[in-house]
Amino acid sequence: MSNWIKKIASSALVITAMLGLSLSVQAGNTIKVGVLHSLSGTMAISETTLKDTVLMMIEEQNKKGGLLGKKLEAVVVDPASNWPLFAEKARELLQKNKVDVVFGCWTSVSRKSVLPVFEELNGLLFYPVQYEGEESSKNVFYTGAAPNQQAIPAVDYLMNEIGVKRWVLAGTDYVYPRTTNKILEAYLKHKGVKAKDIMINYTPFGHSDWQSIVSDIKKFGSKGKKTAVVSTINGDANVPFYKELGNQGVSAENIPVVAFSVGEEELSGIDTKPLVGHLAAWNYFMSVDNKENAAFIKKWKTFIKDKNRVTNDPMEATYIGFNMWVKAVQKAKTTDVDAVEKAMIGIKTPNLTGGMAEMLPNHHLTKPVLIGEIQEDGQFDVVWETEGLVPGDAWSDHLPGSKDVVSDWVKLKCGNYNTKTKKCSGQNFK
Amino acid sequence: MTLSSRKNIQILLSLIFIAMLSAGYSAAALADSIEPKTETSVAIVISFEVATASLTAGSYSDREQVIKKLYTVDDERVLPVLQQMLKSKLYYIKKTKQLVFIKKIDGSYKTTSILNNEDAGLFEKNKLKKVKVNNKLRRLLRGYIAQLGLKSTDDAVRKAAVKQLLKNINAETIAVLQVLDKKETNSSIKELVAAGVSIWNLSSNDKATQLASIKALSKSLVPEVKLKLQEIIEDTEDATIKKAAISSLKKIDSKISIFGFLENLVFGLSLGSVLLLIAVGLAITFGVMGVINMAHGELMMLGAYTTFVVQQMLPNHITASIFISIPLAFLVAGAFGVAIERFVIRYLYGRPLETLLATFGISLILQQLVRSVFGPTNQAVQTPAFMSGSLEINSIFAITYNRLYIFIFAIVVLLLLMLILKKTRLGLQVRAVSQNRTMAKAMGVKSEWVDAMTFGLGSGIAGVAGVALSQLTNVGPNLGQAYIIDSFMVVVFGGVGNLLGTFVGAMSLGVFNKFLEPWSGAVLAKILVLVFIILFIQKRPRGLFPKKGRGVED
Repeated sequence: MSNWIKKIASSALVITAMLGLSLSVQAGNTIKVGVLHSLSGTMAISETTLKDTVLMMIEEQNKKGGLLGKKLEAVVVDPASNWPLFAEKARELLQKNKVDVVFGCWTSVSRKSVLPVFEELNGLLFYPVQYEGEESSKNVFYTGAAPNQQAIPAVDYLMNEIGVKRWVLAGTDYVYPRTTNKILEAYLKHKGVKAKDIMINYTPFGHSDWQSIVSDIKKFGSKGKKTAVVSTINGDANVPFYKELGNQGVSAENIPVVAFSVGEEELSGIDTKPLVGHLAAWNYFMSVDNKENAAFIKKWKTFIKDKNRVTNDPMEATYIGFNMWVKAVQKAKTTDVDAVEKAMIGIKTPNLTGGMAEMLPNHHLTKPVLIGEIQEDGQFDVVWETEGLVPGDAWSDHLPGSKDVVSDWVKLKCGNYNTKTKKCSGQNFK
Repeated sequence: MTLSSRKNIQILLSLIFIAMLSAGYSAAALADSIEPKTETSVAIVISFEVATASLTAGSYSDREQVIKKLYTVDDERVLPVLQQMLKSKLYYIKKTKQLVFIKKIDGSYKTTSILNNEDAGLFEKNKLKKVKVNNKLRRLLRGYIAQLGLKSTDDAVRKAAVKQLLKNINAETIAVLQVLDKKETNSSIKELVAAGVSIWNLSSNDKATQLASIKALSKSLVPEVKLKLQEIIEDTEDATIKKAAISSLKKIDSKISIFGFLENLVFGLSLGSVLLLIAVGLAITFGVMGVINMAHGELMMLGAYTTFVVQQMLPNHITASIFISIPLAFLVAGAFGVAIERFVIRYLYGRPLETLLATFGISLILQQLVRSVFGPTNQAVQTPAFMSGSLEINSIFAITYNRLYIFIFAIVVLLLLMLILKKTRLGLQVRAVSQNRTMAKAMGVKSEWVDAMTFGLGSGIAGVAGVALSQLTNVGPNLGQAYIIDSFMVVVFGGVGNLLGTFVGAMSLGVFNKFLEPWSGAVLAKILVLVFIILFIQKRPRGLFPKKGRGVED
């Protein structure tokens, strides 16, 4: 009991400290790093962790003596899972606080909301979450996975290793699942899967009554062909979904579910028994065994003062993004956005799975793709990984509209260049 | 001199040894080339000890071979090893590579040797390593366990084993099934076996047998039967067989559609019971008192968190913790409710807009409070064993236990509440105050006290609903928001101030939603339900069961 009282008191302190932090606009001799992650509202569950990751990285960099002889200073704001507020807070960070770089956003809709602000004010945003692609802005570096670094390899794995013939594409009804499923549907059809062997299903945010849908999946899967579910179900809706699967007797051996939004952090709030054996595709798992990862996990646990906290893929993306930015600033010897943007391309830093991440001219990274099976302790056991690194593709090759579009900020100086019409469009930046 | 000569002898000896080894190897290779089926013909009988020892090393595919070998070992210790491996409970001690079963005792692990079931000592987690399995191995294990499980005396185990066998019907499995059938007494297993035998007979060359089995199969609902019949209709050239198959398939399809209807009905009632649980508390605070309480969802969240805390305190008694949580959640949420009424709402009676805004503010405060105390992440609430799994009526129709219990629970809560309102002194006073406050006051009812108690009662019920929700969905700070709109919808639809209306409203909305869903998809179904309610309220502004008589104002 008294422990909670302490927690309440300390969290009250933290809140006031944070308020103070965001209000203190000192023109000191520091480099300001903006942190634009929701600390309240629906997305707080995921985004708070990333805010803490950035703070940890800043603290560590300051221990090393800062950057360009200056200390780094975090400016934390709370856009409260409110998409228009994201744009307002981004403007506040760039105009009022004059930050040199921003780490932030989780959902695609929040990124789309701040994009015009960053382009107008020429800011620099590092976006650390896997997303649907079809975007490349001069002012944004995408350190999470593009569809070809998560969804496509996962489908390949199911098709080639498990022999899946029938596909359920289940997702939450918003932009990321809709675009991803469009890409996957085109890809599957291209691979010779017939339309009657693909079932597409959308559910509202936070859907909790999965009885009918699971029963449909069960019926769809009892047609004698190996069936799998590719899940882009987001956030809170996952727990009741997996519970219903377990209760209706759908096991991972019969109908495996491969998820793109379920990671260690999400699993830490779930009774994992009904999930064992289901799959997830990411570019990083906490269970990956190597020195960099062990050091990172140790650092994280000491920083957050909780030995049970887990690490996850977007944290790794934040880690890579931060390290790359530090390197680029050192290379450019300034924090000026244009200079740093130029310096970023081609920068290599170690990722946490034992390889090197490289920033490509399309502002995406090279990443390994791992498929993991959920274990009872809430960790993933890697069962498959791509040979070598997969370069991120901003514009999918499997959608009719974006097939001919490429992004190259070095040679073409364009994020949306159509190779057929030889035109650059979609970006207000010249 | 002596030293070097000894060295020479050593070299010589080792050379001879290598030569012998390679000779043996080439002989074996020779045997391989002569007899390709080495596995069956030169079946080396390996002991349990040898087979299991190689589980501690190698890749998944190595382990697959070991498991295959292990299955052929005739030893009663094999089954428990396979079962524990499937459950990821088979470990080995890192130092000695000794394979053990584990049992968690206060943070450390008690191990027992798989060889003799003797105690192998207490270990910390990091001294042990799990024998890992993936889906492929799990499938293999399940198949083997099934075949070994046919001998089990437990009906459920035998049934699962038969089901597993039905997936791959061939002469071998049929022989196994027929042997089982002679001793079998359980009717549902007999039905499964009969279906299996009939499926096998379908491929027979004798037309009479084929026709007989097609007819026999028309009663079976096992999914494999339908597939097989469809195959026959597509493949066969014989007109009579085709006709028989089509008529059998029709019979099966009509049965399936009946059960499909039943399934939707059950799904609808179970959704309805959840709606009832979340709305019944609101029916008191909103329906009887007329307070628009936007923090109602957060009171449910408090109930769910109470369940979580109780479980943290009693980690070894999951089932008991649920039952303890029910009264506790009532008290916790009820206390919060009384506090909200005393400190905020009582100053705002008769001002619905202000109440709405104030309670919305309270809901945000409660959310952030929980976020600060427990953290923003969801908390894991365990499901007790009796609530997981499902009650199988037949091969295509099953009711999941958690839904079944929540349905019963919802009805019990509703009846209890009706009893309180109709039969107790508090209930009488609540009804009196809600009908005519001034008159009730004049009769000596302490109306302020009744207000607080009524609000506490409604809030307490919300807490109880939270306990049920913790078994269905996430326990996180946002739990309440997901349900608040639904609960208002039910109360408004059912008729304000009427518990029976709430019941009928919840159930009919649940069923309506579930019958729409397969046709329109989950997103559109929700929208359509909302549109329907709006239209309905236009026609009957007081809901399904409006209050009547002089008590009705305006």
